[in-house]
Amino acid sequence: MEAGDAVARLVRDEGTRVLATLIRVTGDVGLAEDAVQDAVVRALETWPRDGVPDNPRGWLLVTAKRRAVDLFRREAARSGKEAAAMPFVEPEPADAVPDDLLRLVFTCCHPALSLEAQVALALRTLGGLSTAEVARALLVPEATMAKRLTRARQKITRARIPYRVPEAAELPDRLKGVAATVYLIFNEGYAAAAGADLVRAELVDEAIRLARLLAGLMPDEPTALGLLALLLLQNSRRAARVDADGVPVLLPDQDRSRWDVAAIKEGVSYLGRGLRRAAAPEEYLVQAAIAACHALAPTYAETNWDALISWYDVLLEVADSPVARLNRAAAVAERDGPAAGLSLVDAIPGLTRYPWWHATRAELLHRLGDTEAARAAYRRALALGMSAPLMAHLRLRLAELE
Amino acid sequence: MPTYAALLYTADVDWSAPEHAETTEQYMEFGEAAAAVIRGGKALYPTSTATTVRVSGGKGGDVLTSDGPYAETKEALSGFYLFECADLDEAVRLAARLPAAWDGVVEIRPVIEF
Repeated sequence: MEAGDAVARLVRDEGTRVLATLIRVTGDVGLAEDAVQDAVVRALETWPRDGVPDNPRGWLLVTAKRRAVDLFRREAARSGKEAAAMPFVEPEPADAVPDDLLRLVFTCCHPALSLEAQVALALRTLGGLSTAEVARALLVPEATMAKRLTRARQKITRARIPYRVPEAAELPDRLKGVAATVYLIFNEGYAAAAGADLVRAELVDEAIRLARLLAGLMPDEPTALGLLALLLLQNSRRAARVDADGVPVLLPDQDRSRWDVAAIKEGVSYLGRGLRRAAAPEEYLVQAAIAACHALAPTYAETNWDALISWYDVLLEVADSPVARLNRAAAVAERDGPAAGLSLVDAIPGLTRYPWWHATRAELLHRLGDTEAARAAYRRALALGMSAPLMAHLRLRLAELE
Repeated sequence: MPTYAALLYTADVDWSAPEHAETTEQYMEFGEAAAAVIRGGKALYPTSTATTVRVSGGKGGDVLTSDGPYAETKEALSGFYLFECADLDEAVRLAARLPAAWDGVVEIRPVIEF
């Protein structure tokens, strides 16, 4: 069983790289996907029986190319065109492949595609998820997702969205969209981690893999370094975020011995590299710095609140948002007491429909001894609704106050 | 090499009027600079000169003409180009050099080659 899983994983990983190459060769995302899918199915049928070939990627590439030629000839015959037009080139040396993947990242995240289509395409082609899985991950009906993917693939082919890494001058702009897409993929998985849904854990791993790829190929880009640092640091807490019964455990109560020390170290080192290269504060780096303040604290009480609040001040300079203000206010409450925190929380406009605003108020009111107001705030948070495990957590807090 | 139509949407102006000479000059400069990839293109008179035609009930039906453009929008179709270039990025770079993109919008559409 484990050997079979290993083969399946190998096929999937190599399949993504082969897909990247085949898209470059054919210039047609749909055709390449069909051909690689076919090669992957054949590999899953034959490798467990006959053994993994010496060069699995080469095997998949040759099989997928043959299939692509078949599909292309069939299509050409149907439309009465010459089949000779297919611009096939010889297999590239192995070191060309990471660039193919990076090209694929930038093709999926081209600004000429809608952000929704970018995320969907990235999940489908880079994450190797099926259309049904992508639909589920993005909470869209499968038929809608199928249409969205078809439209995106057609636009890439018909409008000739180039399959290339943008030139240096374009990179900062393009990287922003790519980073946002990877971060969205991560959040899709991470926000759902409470449900221990396997597909979503896979999204987290895929996002980290993509972030690694970006940081590896743009080792001096603060955005790429910050993104990777942020994902590693957030994900280092994964094992401690849910208890044995599947109930979410909030940061103050997490068992820090379950945090992934290696991931924290790695995240902090990318954060350091990014900060040394950043000419101006960069959003992902700042968020990673905030995550690092938590990750490096031996206990919640020993968190360096001064540093944390300073990083929040920087974050508000580069990316002001009500949620960032709320998190800053929570940190101020830890340093300066609940009254100071509450006055900041109350001053944030536009969060009355955000359950965590009410939950934060409830906690601070409770600490100030105003049980009546705390209960009312918890009820308001519950009335707005959130994921079932978090609702359970809030109900528990409310019950403690009754 | 694919061909792209660049559709220019701007304030509804009369390019033939003398007060637009300066902008027209900018288009001339663009035309010279991008001559190698321009396959066609024209400026259009304002929408006040537009006539919209449709045949009621399909082929062979009554020809209905009405005064004005098909769609009344703040920015009107005021001209078009045909570019032949390698890919969408190149077409976008060209479009960004059009005065229409500075105070209006340019829609780029790939042209079908039959």
